[in-house]
Amino acid sequence: MNSLRLSLELAGCVAAILLLIGMPVAYWLAYSSWRGKFLLESVVALPLVLPPTVLGFYALLAMGPRGPLGKLWMALFGHGLAFTFAGLVLASVVYSFPFAVQPLMVSFEAVDRKLLDASALLGASKWRTFRRIILPLSLPGVVTALVLSFAHTLGEFGVVLMVGGNLAGVTRTVSIDIYDRVQSLEYGEANRLALLLLAIAFAVLCFVYAVNRRVWTPAWTRWTTK
Amino acid sequence: MSPSVLVASIRKERRDASTFVLDVSFEAPPGITILFGASGAGKSTLLDCLAGLVRPDTGKIVIGENVLFDSAMHIDAPSRKRRIAYVFQSLALFPHLTVEQNIAYGLRDISERDQRARVEEILQALRIANLRNQRPAQISGGEKQRTALARSLVTQPRLLLLDEPLTGLDAELKAAIVADLRTWNASKRIPILYVTHSREEVDALGERVIAIDNGRVVSRGAPMEVLDAPRRKRLAQAAGFENLLSSTVLDLREPDGVMRVRLAESACEIEVPLAHAFEGDRVQIAIRAGDILLASQRPIELSARNILEGKILSLEQRGTMCIARVDCGVTFVVHVTPGAVRALELATEKQVWLVLKTHSCHLVD
Repeated sequence: MNSLRLSLELAGCVAAILLLIGMPVAYWLAYSSWRGKFLLESVVALPLVLPPTVLGFYALLAMGPRGPLGKLWMALFGHGLAFTFAGLVLASVVYSFPFAVQPLMVSFEAVDRKLLDASALLGASKWRTFRRIILPLSLPGVVTALVLSFAHTLGEFGVVLMVGGNLAGVTRTVSIDIYDRVQSLEYGEANRLALLLLAIAFAVLCFVYAVNRRVWTPAWTRWTTK
Repeated sequence: MSPSVLVASIRKERRDASTFVLDVSFEAPPGITILFGASGAGKSTLLDCLAGLVRPDTGKIVIGENVLFDSAMHIDAPSRKRRIAYVFQSLALFPHLTVEQNIAYGLRDISERDQRARVEEILQALRIANLRNQRPAQISGGEKQRTALARSLVTQPRLLLLDEPLTGLDAELKAAIVADLRTWNASKRIPILYVTHSREEVDALGERVIAIDNGRVVSRGAPMEVLDAPRRKRLAQAAGFENLLSSTVLDLREPDGVMRVRLAESACEIEVPLAHAFEGDRVQIAIRAGDILLASQRPIELSARNILEGKILSLEQRGTMCIARVDCGVTFVVHVTPGAVRALELATEKQVWLVLKTHSCHLVD
């Protein structure tokens, strides 16, 4: 069960980081009128179409002892980045980026522009407008972004294997654990983990779709900032 | 200059499907000034320029001593610094905030106590104190309009822009809201620009009118002057002149102050007020459907100079008014009361005579 806890930790970290860096990116994508913005959109969406091994391969090169990230990390912390939990988080953030940015962007775009004009005319700064109007009205999108990046990270395999390898307790996530068990013919144990992952994935998707269909509104999405 | 007169001259070119140029300059003193024009005339673009949502190509916008925009001086204050209240047609109430939170939204940099006092004052002034904890989705159209108005007024703006904010309300409700707005402005004395394309609203508000057509100011003054003698065809249509007839000038009778014109290609000739025109010129004549008299026999001994014989094409009852279409070689639209329809036994195909006073016939460009 070590591997499951590791996966949950990884997914939690990644989802939190993605929410923080995904919001400014999504905000910019939603509201910028720069004509070249399709370029950034394409970059953000790349992980959707690239095989995880390609992404993992380049991540590994970058994080390796001779890669730029690896060197930087070495200079800062005195050890390498590849095959560590931090390296795994970094690669997963890139890999799950579109899963956070796209729902945020879509929900930011869906906010009526007239509300933003009204807010500005009432003297609000862009930050205040974001905090008090855009964010509360985009909460379903925020929930979706959070949950999808969590779930997507939980289920990843290729990138983790390339960047993290298979170190028990450090980089052996649940998906790799399952693969390991199958390789060593421990079908019962593999099945137990696989079922668990299946159940989590299903529950997560149910939650996301229910929030977006407004089947019920969780109390914390009803908050209004003061 | 009195402290809060709006003086604006704005030029803005918009290129989408076709090129549209807004090019206006005008002044608005404290009180209500109506911006009147058909849809697409450029009224909303003008308000957007004033509010800083759209940047004019050139021009200057000054309220009292505050220069908000000056292309020559490279001054362009952002919307949030202009202190201009703008009530959109869609109202744009924040759906996730209560009426009270919506109203308090623009109040910052003052103590919470003052905030509460100001919100309370405007809630009372606009009679919506009972709605304070409701959300926009839970209140009626008129209440939403009052809330949007309150949210704008509470910030003590320098200028209030109203973009057809009262469309869809019945006349009584509209009048009540406007009365409350006037009461509020009696002490604040700020300029209010009220955009509408409805002739009825202009009559109801009855103050200064600036008429806009195709991006230009075409007329300004009291409603009577602007709307009762429209000089532009589109303005005439918007102002409720149901009959717009292209005609040819036959002769000028300067001593009488009239000229004779032939309507369209028909044989109808009528007398209209003298205008700067020459024989053979094409002119547009605008006549209100309500200004035309209808008779079931040829009238005699009338002061009215124009009597046309025709046949009723159709009769249509709309509310307490009947709309008759009468063919006199050209088709006229005439408004009569249901009582007149009964008394004159009006029916389709019936022969009738139309009576037009010379001064009910207006020349438009």
